[in-house]
Amino acid sequence: MTQRKLSALPNITTPSSPVVFNPDICDGCNTCVEVCQIDVFMPNPEKGKPPIILHPDECWYGGCCVNDCPRPGAITFKWALQHRGYWKNKATGEVHQI
Amino acid sequence: MNTWHAYFKEQGKAPDWAYPIRFEQEQEVDADVLVIGGGIAGCWAAISAARQGSNVVLVEKGDTVRSGAGGPGCDHWCDAPANPLSNVDPDEWAQHMAERPYCNGIGLQIQCRENYDTLLELEQMGGKIRDTDDEYVGAEGRDEKTKFMISPRYGRMHSYLPVDKTTEGKTFKSNPDRKRNNVVIRVWGSTFKPALKKECKRLGVKIFDRVMATSLLTENGVQGARVVGATGFNNRTGEFMIFKSKATILATAGAGSIWLISTELGGYSNMMSRTITGDGTVMAWKAGAELTTMEASGVLRIATGLKHKWYTGAGDASYENVPIVDANGKVLPYPIQGWVDAGAMMPSPEVEQAIREGILKGEYALPFYGDFPSMPDVERRATWNLMLGEESTTKIITRTFNEAGYDPSRDLLQSYKFIEGSSLPQWREGGYGGGIVVDWDLKTTLDGLYAAGMQMFSPEDHSFCAATGRYAGRKAAAYARQVGESKIPREQVDREKARVYAPVKRSSGMDWKELHAGIARAMQYYVSEFKTESLLNMGLNTLRKIEEESVPLLFALDPHKLMRSLEDVSLLTYATIIIQAQLARKASSMPLGLQRIDYPAMDPPEWRKFLTIKQENGKVKIGELPLSFWGNMKEQYEARNKDYTGVYKGK
Repeated sequence: MTQRKLSALPNITTPSSPVVFNPDICDGCNTCVEVCQIDVFMPNPEKGKPPIILHPDECWYGGCCVNDCPRPGAITFKWALQHRGYWKNKATGEVHQI
Repeated sequence: MNTWHAYFKEQGKAPDWAYPIRFEQEQEVDADVLVIGGGIAGCWAAISAARQGSNVVLVEKGDTVRSGAGGPGCDHWCDAPANPLSNVDPDEWAQHMAERPYCNGIGLQIQCRENYDTLLELEQMGGKIRDTDDEYVGAEGRDEKTKFMISPRYGRMHSYLPVDKTTEGKTFKSNPDRKRNNVVIRVWGSTFKPALKKECKRLGVKIFDRVMATSLLTENGVQGARVVGATGFNNRTGEFMIFKSKATILATAGAGSIWLISTELGGYSNMMSRTITGDGTVMAWKAGAELTTMEASGVLRIATGLKHKWYTGAGDASYENVPIVDANGKVLPYPIQGWVDAGAMMPSPEVEQAIREGILKGEYALPFYGDFPSMPDVERRATWNLMLGEESTTKIITRTFNEAGYDPSRDLLQSYKFIEGSSLPQWREGGYGGGIVVDWDLKTTLDGLYAAGMQMFSPEDHSFCAATGRYAGRKAAAYARQVGESKIPREQVDREKARVYAPVKRSSGMDWKELHAGIARAMQYYVSEFKTESLLNMGLNTLRKIEEESVPLLFALDPHKLMRSLEDVSLLTYATIIIQAQLARKASSMPLGLQRIDYPAMDPPEWRKFLTIKQENGKVKIGELPLSFWGNMKEQYEARNKDYTGVYKGK
């Protein structure tokens, strides 16, 4: 809020990030870049850093990037709000959402 | 955050393109057998041809390790009547499957005869096909000796067609006591694709990943002549590829998003990924190969981009044995593809209607749920961990649910059936039905060109693609051994090069998404529920206008967007072929999803035939083939495969 100067950017493609990287765990090996059949990602210009999510709008939610990641926790799936599934505790009736 | 916007804000500039740019630079590659498409069929074709000693080149738009519709995984090895636990004869099962009108009897026969051998070869390569870790001891269908897990699918009910749900299923001559058919095996399909790529590499297959093939090259550049290679370009660097081959196998897929594109949820718009854009079919069409069943289309059921991608409960693949209950726990009369209903997958229209009426009367409370907690533990694990956990895109879904705290032994999983509504009739897909005509060698109508998997007309599932790919590989290798070298037609290459790079030579213009959405809208208006000659012609004219006025405006900033732009051009041609084929069929047809207002008679006897469509000297030519043009399946197969040696025993 204290920022005085703003860049002019177009609207963000939604969803803008079908996955979230944890930069503390990800070592930038780019396995996710290679297993994605869409090329959603691009290697980060800085070696060792998580890839850039360049084409989030083309993601088919196939999940190989997360399933094939050699470093657990480096990348997690983030469903768009409108696609997050629900479940219900059979005993209590409590409803939950991803 | 690692989004583009975050990068821009942090760095004050856009990231540089990550790969070297080589637009228009050429690389020439020679092959005995060229395989286009590195999905399930393509990998198997490459492996099989390489085992015959061929010099094999494999071209794939993504990365072979996980590309294709079956890249992430596979839950069922269907129609495997040659497996040792099967109770039906492979030829009888193949014949039975081929009784469905407009199916592919050639592919089905190959699948039923050879897909069990194919599965055993997959195991040799490292694919997991048995419960060797004893995770599911006690599950119904599990055989202790072989450790195979038989699925309830097709147990007795054996078809997706609602009409078969009302019967007790068929009694087979080879299974007079009506034991369970046992023709479907549960598999650990997420292990398959990496194993296939590894085997390709081990056998010396030269893999060109991230290369989109754009055209077939023919002798002297003549339409209808022998295929002698292909062109393509690298979708990261833009480099132009020229492939010279003695035999070429097309193994790409149908077109997935012709009627529907969500421009911000591209991957959600249809059952398949954006990469499935009919490139192979269009290449074959331009080269003069004959196609058939191109007039087929159907309403998209799930994954429309506007609905929930998660399986909605019963009636969906992999959701085996899970009872569907209403919000108060009342069990619904819905088939569950389980042991109790002998594998029935879909309700009859009457049952569907009864549930709908029950909802409106307050008998069934929404939403519905999959009652996982009510299942025996081992059956629940088999469905949640194996069936859903190994199926293509559901692996990540179950994983996300698990990580979010969902516990199938405690929690009911919500079903979106009914609450998300039905698809609109104009949200259609044509991808599965149409394809290339093949003969018993899986050779197309062009010399030097073969087709396998979803590239063929009326394809089936994962194991169909695997078995037919493997078969096409050995037939193409045999052909390649007999023919001499050919010459690359330079003029044809130059024409294609000019076409391919046009969008990157412009400095502004129309984005690929706008073009795609424009094609989809034209199809929704004119090639939808209401079909007449005049509406179809309006569709054709609209597509022609797009081709003449919008395609020349296509603008692509980088090799990736160039790929998407050229895919759109494939989709446009594919859509045009669909309309031409629909115009040619002057009758309505239930199995083809074709309801013509001007020809309302449904499947009249004189129209029970395949219509074929091809180009000759640039003009559309319609032909026909009888429904069982392949002849006696058993005899035809045996006559051509006397040298078949079964499971591969070489190194």
